[in-house]
Amino acid sequence: MKAAVVVFPGSNREHDVAAALERASGQAPKLVWHGEASLDDDYDLIVLPGGFSYGDYLRCGAMAAHSPITREIIHKANNGTPVLGICNGFQILTETGLLPGALMRNASLKFASRYVRMRVEAANTMFTSRYKPGQELVVPVAHGDGNYFADDATLDELEGEGRVAFRYVANDNPNGASRDIAGIFNAKRNVLGLMPHPENATDPLLGSTDGKPLFDSLVSALS
Amino acid sequence: MKARVTVMLKSGVLDPQGKAIGQALNRLGFSGVADVRQGKIIEIEFAETDQTQARSQLAEMCEKLLANTVIENYAIEIKSS
Repeated sequence: MKAAVVVFPGSNREHDVAAALERASGQAPKLVWHGEASLDDDYDLIVLPGGFSYGDYLRCGAMAAHSPITREIIHKANNGTPVLGICNGFQILTETGLLPGALMRNASLKFASRYVRMRVEAANTMFTSRYKPGQELVVPVAHGDGNYFADDATLDELEGEGRVAFRYVANDNPNGASRDIAGIFNAKRNVLGLMPHPENATDPLLGSTDGKPLFDSLVSALS
Repeated sequence: MKARVTVMLKSGVLDPQGKAIGQALNRLGFSGVADVRQGKIIEIEFAETDQTQARSQLAEMCEKLLANTVIENYAIEIKSS
């Protein structure tokens, strides 16, 4: 599986996700600087990592959504290339319009840095095939703006089409997200955005290995 | 030309920062404060001299970058040339 991890100024989890991808696939992903006008190769997977791109200026992800390379990512995503956006990557994906809704300030106004429990809502996708439907996972979150918001019609559509990927377990919603949503797919299910960090739950030393099947799913679908 | 763009969360979208400011004002003794909403003001100086042109450019700026219209409304005010 040939993966690209796109690095923006202020990204900070690119090495974490690169390590998780390499452990799962045996192949190190390429770290691509956002200033590149184009992705130099055909990648099986494009990853937008966590962090604080452009210092979260204006809105989280707003600046990165207009970075030169992002135009190409949008184009590729629309043509079916799988794209995974984690945390700030999820925020960028909503700002580009590849995913609906927006990520707002946590309802508590506090930065949430802890483990949360979330449930796999859709296990029939290239991102989640190694999970069981309804499986409960323990994964860390680390964000101040993870409060997923969309209007009721959009939320109904996401639920009706089975496009909610992960949901926080009741009473463990760290940010006030609408309907406890932690991650969603686009309509074609080749784009996934989620706030929790599966890459930081891939080794017993990290306290959980519940994020590992996500990367194993991608490897089995894309290798 | 100078313009001022005001970006506010749409009514109905929860504004936790505005709420926290309102609570702080209440604690300071401003007991009459009912509701506080917080937004952003962006001032722009640009070359356009035609009002109509300027307004349509500003609207495009808002739609593309300055506001996230999923959660925010914007208002454009042209100040002077």
